[in-house]
Amino acid sequence: MSGRAAPAVETRGVGVTLGGRRVLTDVTLSAAPGQWLAIIGPNGAGKSTLLRAVAGLVPREGEVLVAGTAVDDLRPRRRARLIAYAPQSPALPPDMTVYDYALLGRTPYIAYLGSESARDREVTRSVLERLDLDGFASRPLGHLSGGERQRVVLARALVQQAPVLLLDEPTTALDLGHQQQVLELVDRLRLADDLTVVTTLHDLSLAGQYADALVLLAAGRAVAAGPPERVLAEPLLAEHFGARVRVEPGPGGRPVVHLVRPSVSSMVEEA
Amino acid sequence: MTPARPRGRALLVASVVLAASLALGLMAGAAGISPRAIALALLDRLPLVSVHSGLAPVEEGLLFQLRVPRVLLAAVVGGLLATAGAGYQGVFRNPLADPYLLGAAAGAGLTVTLVVVFLGGDTGVTAVPIAAFAGAVGGVFLAYALGHTAGRGGGTATLVLAGVAVTSFLTAIQTFVQQLKVEELQRIYSWILGDVGGGWDQLRMIAPYAAVSTVVMLLHGRLLDVLSVGDEEAVSLGLRAARVRFVVLLAASLATASAVAVSGLIAFVGIVVPHVVRRLAGWSYRIVLPVSFLGGAAFLVLADTIARTVLAPAELPIGVVTAFVGAPFFVTILRVTRRVET
Repeated sequence: MSGRAAPAVETRGVGVTLGGRRVLTDVTLSAAPGQWLAIIGPNGAGKSTLLRAVAGLVPREGEVLVAGTAVDDLRPRRRARLIAYAPQSPALPPDMTVYDYALLGRTPYIAYLGSESARDREVTRSVLERLDLDGFASRPLGHLSGGERQRVVLARALVQQAPVLLLDEPTTALDLGHQQQVLELVDRLRLADDLTVVTTLHDLSLAGQYADALVLLAAGRAVAAGPPERVLAEPLLAEHFGARVRVEPGPGGRPVVHLVRPSVSSMVEEA
Repeated sequence: MTPARPRGRALLVASVVLAASLALGLMAGAAGISPRAIALALLDRLPLVSVHSGLAPVEEGLLFQLRVPRVLLAAVVGGLLATAGAGYQGVFRNPLADPYLLGAAAGAGLTVTLVVVFLGGDTGVTAVPIAAFAGAVGGVFLAYALGHTAGRGGGTATLVLAGVAVTSFLTAIQTFVQQLKVEELQRIYSWILGDVGGGWDQLRMIAPYAAVSTVVMLLHGRLLDVLSVGDEEAVSLGLRAARVRFVVLLAASLATASAVAVSGLIAFVGIVVPHVVRRLAGWSYRIVLPVSFLGGAAFLVLADTIARTVLAPAELPIGVVTAFVGAPFFVTILRVTRRVET
C-alpha cells in the first residue's frame, strides 16, 4: 500500500550456481512489509534455492536486502534476527523435546559461549502457547504427527522473532485438513505480528488462495510476478508447467487452478 | 522440561560413581593397605591437615608413587577419550564416530612403531609418548587437509572418507615397518593394547593439553545442540557452523592425542561411554559432554583395577578389559533402556 516504505525483503539480480550448474539467473523480486509472497514454478525451477539464497545458505551473486539493508553487511547473528527460515524437511532429532527445539530459535540472541536467559525461555513458552503446543512441550520430536511437526518447526521460526519468515513448502507431506490448518495459522500470525512471509508452494490453488503476490520461476528465471490473478493465467501455466489447466475465479475472486485431462482423442494423437 | 534439573542429577550420579571407582582403584592391589590408612594418608596430604596414617614409608611410597598416579592417569585418559568421542559424534552428527575416526590412532601407531623399531632401547621408551602425541595430531591434520581439498565447503562426509583413507595408508606403512623388525612386535603390540602405568611424569606432561581441550569441548555443548538440527538451519540461526565444527574437532583431537600419548590405543571407551550416557541422561550435549567425562573416567579406573587384579601379580592389557567388560555392559544398557526407534 504505502509505496514509499522500503520493501521488507528484496532481491536484486540474484544468481546461483551450484556444482557448476546454473540454478538461478538474475532474479529480482520484492515483498512489501506484511505481505505474503509465494514462489511458484515447475519442479527444478529453483524455488527452494531462491529461498535458501535469501536466507544466506548458498553462495550467490546479486543483492538481498531486508528493510533496505544489504544482508551481506550484517553479521550472521544480526541477519538471523531479521530472517527466519524453515526448510522443507527439517532435521528433527527424535529425542529432543518440543520445548528444547523451539528454544533453538533464540540462538541469534545468545552470545557464542553464553546460555539462554529467562527472557529466551519466556518467549519460547509464549510462542508454544500461541500455537497450542504448550501441552506438547516435553514431548520428544520423534513422537509427533506430521501436522504437529510442521507446527513445531513454525514455532521455532517464530521464537526467532524475525520480521521476515521464509517457509519452504510448509504443506509438504500434510493431508488436506492439515495443509489448511498450517496455512491459516501462518496467515493469522502474519496479520497479528505484521510478518512478511515468503513461501515456496507447489500447489497453485493454495498459492492463489493465500498469497498477496506470486512470482513464477521457470528454469531459474522469474518469468512473471504480480497478484495471483495475473500470474495464474492459463497461457503462462501451459507454457511453463507444460500442463493443461483451467483457471476459474474462486472464493473472494481469487483464482483456482484445475488440471484438465487431455481428451482421449488428443492422447491418441500425441501417441 | 528445562534441562537444569536432570543435568544436575546426572552430574551428581556420575560424580558419585567416579568417586567410588577412584576409592576402589586406590584400595585394590597386592600390598593390602587398609582403606582407613589410605584415607588418612590422603587427608594428611591436604594443606593445613596433619594426621598420622600409620603407613610404613614403603607403603606410603607405593601409594603415592604408584597407585595414586596410576588411578589418576586412568581417570584422565578415560575422561578425555569419552569426551572426545562425544565431541566427534556431535561434530559428525553420527553415533558411530569415535576419537580414532580421523587417523589419530593410525598416526600414533605409525610414529610409535618407527620409534620402537629405529631408536629402540631406552631412547625409544622415553620418546614413545611424544611420538604418539605427534603422530595422533599429524594423522588428524592429514585427514583434515585431505578432506578439505577434496570436498569444497568442508562437508563432513568427505572428512570421514579422508579419515578412512589416511588410516589405511598409515596402517599399511606401520605394518611394513613392523615387519622389518619382528622381534619388536610384542613391544609395539603391548603399547597398542594400552597401559596407564606412566606415573606422575606422564600425568604432568599431558595436563595442560588435557585441561584446555576438555574446557573447550565442555563450553561448546549448547552449540553442538544447535548443530544437531543440521548445518543449514544452524546457519539460518546465525551460527557459523563450520567454525564451531572446526573448534570442537580441534579440541577433541587434542584430547585424543593427549590420551593416546600416555596410554596407547585403548578401544571402546570413546564410542561406548557417550552412548550409555545418552541413554541414561538425555540427548543434550550440555549433559552428554560433562557426564561422559566423569563416566569415561570411572569406566577406565575400574577397567584398570580389574586389569591389574584378576591375574595378579600378572597384568592384563587394559584395552582387553575395556572391550571384554565393556561390550556385555553396553549390550545390557541397550536392552534395559530399549525404546521405540524412530
